[in-house]
Amino acid sequence: MSRPEDTLPPDLFYNDAESRKYTTSSRIQSIQVEMTHRALSLLGLTSPSLILDIGCGSGLSGEILSSVAPPLGGPHIWIGMDISASMLDIALQRDVEGDLLLADIGQGVPFRAGTFDAAISISAIQWLCNAESSDTSPQGRLARFFNGLYASLRRGGRAVCQFYPKNEMQKSMVSAAAIKAGFGAGLLEDGAGTKNVKVYLVLSVGGGAIEGVVEGMEGVDVEERMGRKGDGRKRGEEVGKKGRKQWILSKKEQMERKGKIVKRDSKFTGRKRRVQF
Amino acid sequence: MKILTVNFLTCAVKACKTSPLSFPLHFRDAELEQSDIGYNPSFLRNILPRVDWEALKVTATELGFTTVPSEKPNLDPAPSNTDLPAPETAMETSEPDVADEKVMRDLHTLLLETEVREGKMVCGNCGHEYKIKEGIANFLLPSHLGR
Repeated sequence: MSRPEDTLPPDLFYNDAESRKYTTSSRIQSIQVEMTHRALSLLGLTSPSLILDIGCGSGLSGEILSSVAPPLGGPHIWIGMDISASMLDIALQRDVEGDLLLADIGQGVPFRAGTFDAAISISAIQWLCNAESSDTSPQGRLARFFNGLYASLRRGGRAVCQFYPKNEMQKSMVSAAAIKAGFGAGLLEDGAGTKNVKVYLVLSVGGGAIEGVVEGMEGVDVEERMGRKGDGRKRGEEVGKKGRKQWILSKKEQMERKGKIVKRDSKFTGRKRRVQF
Repeated sequence: MKILTVNFLTCAVKACKTSPLSFPLHFRDAELEQSDIGYNPSFLRNILPRVDWEALKVTATELGFTTVPSEKPNLDPAPSNTDLPAPETAMETSEPDVADEKVMRDLHTLLLETEVREGKMVCGNCGHEYKIKEGIANFLLPSHLGR
């Protein structure tokens, strides 16, 4: 299957013709609607909230947020961000209720601290894994996005980002960037192993409520809990001498915590080399 | 773009994040429009503690509204956390509810139903102009600022 991410940057890919598909194709619509409902159930909102829609596009997901019935905690007020002017034009034609911003999420989230109760993102953040010019990097864009998102959510807020990772590496790169920004993160996969696998990154700010969110759901693996306090291990104790296996492993762990991409451990990691003549 | 949204927007330039001047953004040549959005008191109660009242007053003055109260109205907390003394207080507060209701309606009109159609928002720190067209603000930064 071809990936649009590999062909063009998002602001060019979602031109008028591509954007129109989001109103004419019932297949695209039904998939988007289904994913939005899933994400909304993961957010578990009980009262009308202010929600950030990242990559809102034509406002399909936003319409669902506006139309949540009062007994189910709605209707929510939302603010959408998207990089494609054509998509936002479609949203205008559809006369959506939320506010729209033309913005690049890789340049940060321009809201003051503690603005939103929740954030939702449907099929958007995989675009961050591409850098379109030499002065940006995927890691830098991911970091700016997640740092901005972390700051703009209130304490106890949650974000659910559905995305299409290209491979395992991209998946771990995205979740590592989220953890580095301070989120408690969990990955949820619907239909794992099939062609229609949908990956949801469930993020929480403060309180480490991520186990509560994904509790009792199948196929969830909780990545890591960000425990800033609990990690008070004394340095130097078990690290060992520089160059030893222990030392290499601890360095790799350290780099992974920083959000860097690290080769997985194998039996060759830090193995002693054969004596050379 | 709603006045509520403007109350949360800051300058997107990284260097402005630390400056108090970057919030709120200042309006120039703003064109307003009234829209119709369903009145939702529980959302207002939820959002009001987060609204920066000083910034709202600045924005409202710039847009020509003079009716904003000088103090943030004190609304009851959301009805969800009145578990214990619910029956009596509900009886007692039934009278000022009418005044509350009016304040809420006014806030709803100002925050949610007043929209900026066209114009510019300017950062007080770096002077970057964010254009608003058809209610959509352009927050794309040129590449030298976007890093």
